[in-house]
Amino acid sequence: MAFGPHLLLAILEGLVTSAVLALTALGLSLVFGVMRVVNVAHGEFFMLGAVLAWAVATTVGASPASGFAAALVIAPLIVGVVALLAERLVLRRVNYDPEATIVATIGLLYILQQLALTFYGADARPVPPPFNLRISLPWFGYSAYKLSIIATSAALLLLSWLVLTRTRAGLIMRATQYDRETAQAFGIPVGRVYATVFAIGAMLAAIAAVLIVPISQAHYLMGQDPLLLSFAVVIIGGLGSLRGTVVAALLIGISDGVISMFFSPTLAKLIATLAVAMVLVFRPQGLFGKVAR
Amino acid sequence: MSPLPEMSPLLETRALSRDFGGLRAVDRVDFSVDPGEIRAIIGPNGAGKTTFVSLVCGRLAPSSGTIIFDGADITALPAHRRVRLGIAYTFQITSVYAQLSVFDNVALAVQRTLADGRSQDPSRGRLRTGVTEALERVGLAGRASLPAGQLAYGHQRLLEVAMGLALKPRLMILDEPTQGLGGGEIENFVALAREIAANATVLLIEHNMDVVMQLADRITVLEAGRVLAEGTPDAIRANEAVQRAYLGGGA
Amino acid sequence: MKAGARLYALHGAVIAVLLALNFLLPAYHHGLMARILVLATFAMGYNLTFGYGGLLSLGHAMFFAAGLYGAGLSIQHLGFGVPEAFLAALACGALLALVVGVLALRTTGVAFMIVTLMFSQAVHLAIIYFSAFTGGDQGLMLRPQQRRVETVLGTLNLTDPNTRYLVALALFTVVLFLMLALVRSGFGRVLVAIRENEERTRMLGYDTFSGRLAALVVSGTVCAAAGAAYGILFGYVGANFASVQYSILPLLWVLLGGAATTLGPLFGTVFMYYVVDIASGYTSAYMLVVGVVLILLVLFFRKGLLGTVRERWLRWLP
Repeated sequence: MAFGPHLLLAILEGLVTSAVLALTALGLSLVFGVMRVVNVAHGEFFMLGAVLAWAVATTVGASPASGFAAALVIAPLIVGVVALLAERLVLRRVNYDPEATIVATIGLLYILQQLALTFYGADARPVPPPFNLRISLPWFGYSAYKLSIIATSAALLLLSWLVLTRTRAGLIMRATQYDRETAQAFGIPVGRVYATVFAIGAMLAAIAAVLIVPISQAHYLMGQDPLLLSFAVVIIGGLGSLRGTVVAALLIGISDGVISMFFSPTLAKLIATLAVAMVLVFRPQGLFGKVAR
Repeated sequence: MSPLPEMSPLLETRALSRDFGGLRAVDRVDFSVDPGEIRAIIGPNGAGKTTFVSLVCGRLAPSSGTIIFDGADITALPAHRRVRLGIAYTFQITSVYAQLSVFDNVALAVQRTLADGRSQDPSRGRLRTGVTEALERVGLAGRASLPAGQLAYGHQRLLEVAMGLALKPRLMILDEPTQGLGGGEIENFVALAREIAANATVLLIEHNMDVVMQLADRITVLEAGRVLAEGTPDAIRANEAVQRAYLGGGA
Repeated sequence: MKAGARLYALHGAVIAVLLALNFLLPAYHHGLMARILVLATFAMGYNLTFGYGGLLSLGHAMFFAAGLYGAGLSIQHLGFGVPEAFLAALACGALLALVVGVLALRTTGVAFMIVTLMFSQAVHLAIIYFSAFTGGDQGLMLRPQQRRVETVLGTLNLTDPNTRYLVALALFTVVLFLMLALVRSGFGRVLVAIRENEERTRMLGYDTFSGRLAALVVSGTVCAAAGAAYGILFGYVGANFASVQYSILPLLWVLLGGAATTLGPLFGTVFMYYVVDIASGYTSAYMLVVGVVLILLVLFFRKGLLGTVRERWLRWLP
């Protein structure tokens, strides 16, 4: 394949990565932004979504489409419940203290990961995609399902933006993010907002995982890369900025795709990690974020 | 009667300004203090008093202007270097090490003045003497082993002063030192302040007008980030603009 | 100096017990303890940054790896002897800590945690990327001949279990007393002051950035020493020691034993290493225990073993 088509392929692959990454990172960004806590176990919610998708799809034997549809609904819901439990039992108890939350979510990471290892096993297992169309481009055929991921993600991001900016729930979330004490004074049930946001954040990661699992298989260690890349997106894109999250996801997803294809995945990740560190050191508000109050 | 020799000021600011976004908290302030003076800085809340002294001691960087200490331009000097030049600041909101003992709090200040402070064991002579001396001046020697967080608020304020003293400063900045103190404590503080002034120049931010009138050689009045008036206590008391802005309402 | 003498005696007693164990422990536990002693040294290095410095770093694996690979690669590719390799490892650790510190210490709190994590991940990825040189995921095995030291008293064979244990104990002892002296010194007091109230400390005339940087460099060098010892004594240099797991383990050991205590790291490492060792006999998901212990610690037992002891009974414990 010539260079041009090769590049196009890399970009398409990168767009798919960006689509999934944007959703995952949005989940992390919401939690980080509203609750001011870092959820180191965020990648494990992603993994859990994928693993549960496999479980649901295999149980609902009927057809790949119905299995997938069921998984898309059920897996995120279960992950949301797990997140709620974690929030109630642990995060609330340490009063969302930044350091304690980090340590606690590290613990949660290991628990979720190792439970997946115990009950799901160490194998990587595929989930059949809901449909198998291929779109014929002049140089190569491309999976229509992958393109549908991009579309779905874009739709969900648009929906999130509408909810955040146009609905009362979104307003409450933004108010709590901006000033917790004042929000409380205005009668906003901050505890419930936090629980909801934490659950939604986890569910977004789970949905992203369900979308990607027909392409890459479900494996108990698959949460590590999404965690790293989500961090990169949130930090480079800047907190409190949906636009920043999308732009950074595009940037990181596509460059990850291009560098991985033309050089090596390890190099791509190496560049991403150093970029995150440098941004934090020299421009902590990222590209579009507002400086913390 | 021969004229007094011209004293060069210990501290001088020229067109010192500080902006916070759109707000100009300190607005082109020209200010100078002579060695050995007790200068009170008064003004309504939000006048920029704490911001101004924070610029002087280095906690904040100025947006523009210069600061000159003992003839040298210290505008670009970081805070910790200014402390070592002889500027000490006691915090408006008490900032002692709550988990450490009163002794250890002051020891940190004394340690700094004992050259590098590398291997100073608390039982060594000079450190212990320095700490005891500072604590005795403020009257806290009996509470040396208590955790600082357990002291009454008024005593914590005194501990702040002790830490400042232990630095053996040339310019001592006291930011609302009597806030939260009761009547007798305030009297003790006034005596203490006079003692301090015997060895150092004092910048005193205060809302308590009695204390100001008792202690100040001169008073600078700030309002909305600018110097409204400056002069002796009597002159300030008689100044109409000051009365309107501040004194008239009762401090 | 009664207080000081008492402390040194206490620490000396601990060393004496560890020395006695060399002769009393059965072979399996003897080998385990040798590893634990080196890892406890790693934990002590971490404790300096986290416990006394108050900085949550998730990147100390990179310093351990700097020592591990600094020694391993210089033995394998440059033909260094053990002492020179050890010194090379220390230099690597110190240099890396200096570079990372100058950048990372411009941030605090959560940002610092992420920056250290990122740098550590970068080191890990670099080790994998340059696998032709480092052995990548598989790592390098050091041959027995490379793990001997010629001294005036004869050849010191570091593959011998007895020698290994004593060398590990020697390293541990040196670092333990170094830490004890450090935390009781003026520098140690300033470090704690910076942790408790950085701005106040700055306004007392201390250069807090340099203080933190110095502490990080010492911390990184100690961790590198542990890494070098681990590679030389046990003969294996591998990339997993640079993974995030080896940044989380010292955090766990120090939290459990008691952050900002001199002996806490030892107790934490011993306890947790045995717990994981026993758990791995039952299941391959033994890291689950790590997760559970971390959450329990953070919910109920923030000060850890010796931290609680110090708070409730022995206030003078360093």
